[in-house]
Amino acid sequence: MNKTDWPLYEVFIRSRHGLSHKHVGSVHAADETMAMENARELYTRRNEGTSIWVVDSNAICASAPEQKDAMFTSPVEKIYRHPSFYQLPASVDKM
Amino acid sequence: MYAQMVETGVKQVKDRADMDAQEAAFMQQIDAEDKIEPQSWMPDAYRKTLVRQISQHAHSEIIGMQPEGNWLTRAPTLKRKLQLAAKIQDECGHGLYLYSAAETLGTSRAQMLDDLHTGKAKYSSIFNYPTLSWADIGAVGWLVDGAAIVNQVMLQRTSYGPYARAMVRICKEESFHQRQGYELLLTMMQQGTQAQKDMVQDSINRLWWPSLMMFGPTDDESPNSAQSMAWKIKRKGNDEIRQQFIDQTIPQLEVLGCTVPDPDLKWNEETGHYDYGTIDWAEFFAVIKGNGPCNKQRLARKVQAHENGAWVREAAIAYADKQANIKSQQSNTNKVA
Ligand SMILES: [Fe+2]
Ligand SMILES: [Fe+2]
Repeated sequence: MNKTDWPLYEVFIRSRHGLSHKHVGSVHAADETMAMENARELYTRRNEGTSIWVVDSNAICASAPEQKDAMFTSPVEKIYRHPSFYQLPASVDKM
Repeated sequence: MYAQMVETGVKQVKDRADMDAQEAAFMQQIDAEDKIEPQSWMPDAYRKTLVRQISQHAHSEIIGMQPEGNWLTRAPTLKRKLQLAAKIQDECGHGLYLYSAAETLGTSRAQMLDDLHTGKAKYSSIFNYPTLSWADIGAVGWLVDGAAIVNQVMLQRTSYGPYARAMVRICKEESFHQRQGYELLLTMMQQGTQAQKDMVQDSINRLWWPSLMMFGPTDDESPNSAQSMAWKIKRKGNDEIRQQFIDQTIPQLEVLGCTVPDPDLKWNEETGHYDYGTIDWAEFFAVIKGNGPCNKQRLARKVQAHENGAWVREAAIAYADKQANIKSQQSNTNKVA
């Protein structure tokens, strides 16, 4: 019996026009065509989508948890990037 | 539940004072309700417990298709047949969501299936009971899926991200399962012959106690539940969710005009809950150990389906390889040209 799994594909679905594709899960498949069929069967049985992407899981490059500080803390300090940083007179504060 | 008595590998809940900095930080994350994600550091026992629990849950969804599939070709109308087919397909989907969630912890689909096929992994005790009449299809949807919903709603808040997200997806689909089952029974009770009404009552008589057993024995018998709660894999005790299930189910039972086979069941004004009789745990443990009415049949059928499908899997891989070869030859030819 063959004990190795078929390749893994990550599945992304655009739920409505105007929205981005969103990660919903993954499927195993022998090839891309089958990955698309499996994704359709598994993740869109109730009109969940208008478009599907399947991506070979190995093609995804992810940030590592230990890089979290290096990657994400600096913007927190840059409060001047937010509109609320700028104090304006009440008469023009709707800006 | 769909995962019953999951072994955590601990003799007692680990004391915080005995934890190193890494594990203490992990527990802080748990306390803060931050989800643990696949790449996060986690204690080995937490990882192993989750693999056991999630794979057991997945196996239950997959084996659970058998008792329902038993009536697919004998559904009384085309409408009921389509509904049942859709429900069974959902259950297969639930199994696949859960296998994927377990794989993020480092196990493989092939390994999990092998553990199921060799009897190493368990699945819920409930699916080792037979579906003897068409009314059982209704009772399974109403009681078995109903019990599963109570458990799965709780698990939407479980601490491991991929498991929690699979639960959210599953819960969205479960309500249909329970409602179609209940409506099926209601139709038989309101429009059926006396024989059909008796069939409904007989089905409830057989499935009531096994449904209550789905939640597993009282928690205080092993350290596993306490450890699972400390890790927030489980969020409520077995007895608590069993009580919740009973309290919400009895009013539905009354609308059907049926009874449960428990002379001790009665509303308790003081506690605001239903009291109920003693569960036959000897039966539960016998089923868990492999001696339920259908254990052997269920596993044999699963292994047979897997083996019968082997040639399809081989053919699909051979085809994919061939297509990949043709593609790479074409791109080589293009380069030369
Ligand atoms: Fe399910
Ligand atoms: Fe279900």
